Amino acid sequence: MTDVLDALQRATGGHAAVAGEADVAGGVPAKWVAAPGSTEEAAAVLRTAAAEGLAVAARGAGTKLDWGTPPRRLDLIVDIGRLDRVIEHAAGDLVVIAQAGVPLRTLGEQLAEAGQRLAVDEVVPGTTVGGMLATGLSGPRRMLAGAVRDLVLGVTLVRADGVVAKAGGKVVKNVAGYDLSKLVCGAYGTLGLVTEANFRLHPIPPAAAYVTARVPDAAAAYAAVQRMLHGQFVPTAVELDRPEPGGPVEIAVLLEGTEAGVTARTAQAVEALGDGAAEGPQPGWWGALPAGDVLVKVTTELTGTGRLLDGIEKAAPAAVRGSAGVGVLYASVAAPDAAGFVLALRDAAPSWQGSVVMLTAPPEVRSEVDSWGPVAGLELMRKVKDRFDPDALLAPGRFVGGI
Amino acid sequence: MAGLSELASRLRTELGTEKVIDDRQELRTYECDGLAHYKVVPGLVVLARSTADVAAAVRACNDAGVPFVARGSGTGLSGGALPHADGILIVMSQMREILEIDRDGQRAVVEPGVINLQVTRAAAAGGYYYAPDPSSQQVCSIGGNVAENSGGAHCLKYGFTTNHVLGVEFVDPSGNVIEIGGKAPDSPGYDLLGTIVGSEGTLGIATRVTVKLTRAPESVETLLAGFDDTDAAGQAVSAIIAAGVIPAAVEMMDALAIEAAEEAVHCGYPEGAGAVLVVELDGPASEVDAQFADVKRLCDQAGAFELRVAADDAERALIWRGRKSAFAAVGRISPDYIVQDGVIPRTALPEVLRAIADLSGQSGVRVANVFHAGDGNLHPLVLFDDAVDGAAEAAEKVSGQILDLCLQHGGSITGEHGVGADKAKHMPDMFTADDLDTMQLVRCAFDPNGLSNPGKVFPTPRLCGEVPGRHRGAHPLVEAGLAEQF
Repeated sequence: MTDVLDALQRATGGHAAVAGEADVAGGVPAKWVAAPGSTEEAAAVLRTAAAEGLAVAARGAGTKLDWGTPPRRLDLIVDIGRLDRVIEHAAGDLVVIAQAGVPLRTLGEQLAEAGQRLAVDEVVPGTTVGGMLATGLSGPRRMLAGAVRDLVLGVTLVRADGVVAKAGGKVVKNVAGYDLSKLVCGAYGTLGLVTEANFRLHPIPPAAAYVTARVPDAAAAYAAVQRMLHGQFVPTAVELDRPEPGGPVEIAVLLEGTEAGVTARTAQAVEALGDGAAEGPQPGWWGALPAGDVLVKVTTELTGTGRLLDGIEKAAPAAVRGSAGVGVLYASVAAPDAAGFVLALRDAAPSWQGSVVMLTAPPEVRSEVDSWGPVAGLELMRKVKDRFDPDALLAPGRFVGGI
Repeated sequence: MAGLSELASRLRTELGTEKVIDDRQELRTYECDGLAHYKVVPGLVVLARSTADVAAAVRACNDAGVPFVARGSGTGLSGGALPHADGILIVMSQMREILEIDRDGQRAVVEPGVINLQVTRAAAAGGYYYAPDPSSQQVCSIGGNVAENSGGAHCLKYGFTTNHVLGVEFVDPSGNVIEIGGKAPDSPGYDLLGTIVGSEGTLGIATRVTVKLTRAPESVETLLAGFDDTDAAGQAVSAIIAAGVIPAAVEMMDALAIEAAEEAVHCGYPEGAGAVLVVELDGPASEVDAQFADVKRLCDQAGAFELRVAADDAERALIWRGRKSAFAAVGRISPDYIVQDGVIPRTALPEVLRAIADLSGQSGVRVANVFHAGDGNLHPLVLFDDAVDGAAEAAEKVSGQILDLCLQHGGSITGEHGVGADKAKHMPDMFTADDLDTMQLVRCAFDPNGLSNPGKVFPTPRLCGEVPGRHRGAHPLVEAGLAEQF
């Protein structure tokens, strides 16, 4: 035991310790915590883990450590808090290279000084670059700018065996080699530890406006979203919120651009949205996940939003919120209803070509229903996992199909 | 080759005689793609008409241990579809049905042989189009676009193929048919799609593709600006980006490229220009109007001596014709040429262009420059005459030195044409052995026997062998009686 701690201490220049009560991932307590301060130190930590057969989970701000299935085993939490440098911001090239432990907020503040942004919303307050990549969590602005996977240009990855590899690059256009940046995006840390990532940036538009409308039901919500999709005002985001099961739906649209352009487009959007639409402040619920015991992510083809809302209404009382313009909604249900809710939606999901994933749930719910549901291509995914992490040391069991 | 003739008869039985070609003369048709100086006559050609055809061909290859290569329209510029002499070339160009245009859902579902521009034509009536637009979009196929992660002039604002492909039906190298992604976003599990797109046919073959359709913009403004030199044109580009404008396209051509385009298509670019910029803005009319005024002002400030604005689609087409025909046009001023495709951070443009001019001056090899200036994707056209002794080698050398320049400035050896057969040797200049090894872990997961387009992308294939630490059952060599384990 002390040998392991010594090795971790050597790997991190003394930034390793026996785990405390708070050092838990998905309800599973760790034995040690190590905080590498560089890619080299992270590699040394993972080499140690490989030599000692330690199961590893990475932790940024810890905001989503209970997402996904709890790990089968856990010995070591790799805390990326010391990897907190923005390495390079090439404003003229619209590119930034940041270490994984940089909080999105800090990154945003720094980029804003140059009038730029990484067009990913801080959906969960406190999120780090690494946590955003691990979960692939994208907020409202993905509609126009793309999801996290569309904005990442390259990564530095430490493999389970401690080997450091880079993929992609720091230019916005590059097709040399496999795009591993996308592969690790949303992989919940099961393929490697990302220590640095390169992103493409966007200029911060000079003007922004929100247009909101309240519609009575799912059919009206679908029609309203369709009018936003097919119009000519190019929204940055189209969101909906239905806090009460079966109740009215609030539609909110974000428009960004030049002062003159936003003024004109806002007027067009108000007219097209109808239903008493008006320009107003950012809704309080904008870009936040619905609160509750159990959080379920449901996706749909863009023509399925109405049917999906009806399906949710039939399945169990739930609050629904999310990116209607993309086909990603989040539902919050009470724990006793959760298993039935998830299974009912999974039965119906093929009719809107979507998936149903339980992101967070108390242990008793997780034991009742699989978090991930059916996964197309699972066998190939297992093969990928086996190649990258043959001893299953990286967040084992946290991902789809027990990966 | 006995193996291939057996394979041919098996495939005739399974697929039908008309889909299998083994006549030497007919096979020659397929000996190269758009990179014509690499030629290999394929061992056998299969003309696939369905997913089942592709799967059957791949399974037959597996059983025989024979490599396979997929080919779309054959317009690729890196030799990605270069056949294997002892393998099968699976030609996808007959799978060209547009299966669905789902306007309300902003999606199209197409077979891989469908031509890029046909998707846009099919979606146009509903006010939509398919955004990725390689210069070869009138002939290149969606399947080829998926393999290469093709770009185009409008990538700066709209992204590449990988940002517009949402799902594939896919035949893996074992012959299994797998659905990955689809009309809805964020399928659970690894983003296999993101890895497959741009994998240059080395991970399997897409047999159906779901793509995103983009709303046709309300307004498009296209400007042609003439400058004295590329430095001034480059300054204009920097100023436009710094002003927070992301044009739909920013294209630059230097004097030699302009000369070639004039010879070929008489595009009437500004007289005496050392460089021209084509800048296109699109979007809501109110936005385009505001930004277009800025762009014109910034071009003026950077020293544009002539600004032309397309008054209508016909004039826009004329402006684009010079740019889109540039590669072929170079044939008018040089018997032979190499199309290079490298990327630099956009801000390094002036410096790199000067270095290219120096290389050209020192070697006596002429270089015409055409590039996507907005994203730093260079397309130097290295001119030579193959009839002159040593000219091809000199051109090849300059072309390689240009890639070195790109890497010295933190760029890439390819922005859109792919690595293919042409640039595998340059991969170690851009990536470490560990980087390449890590990419090949994916290769081994998909294609442990190395039959899917072998010899492309990676200079030295990784031997996949057993997954370390995993021993499922007896070792295959032991089972085959070829080895003993102690």
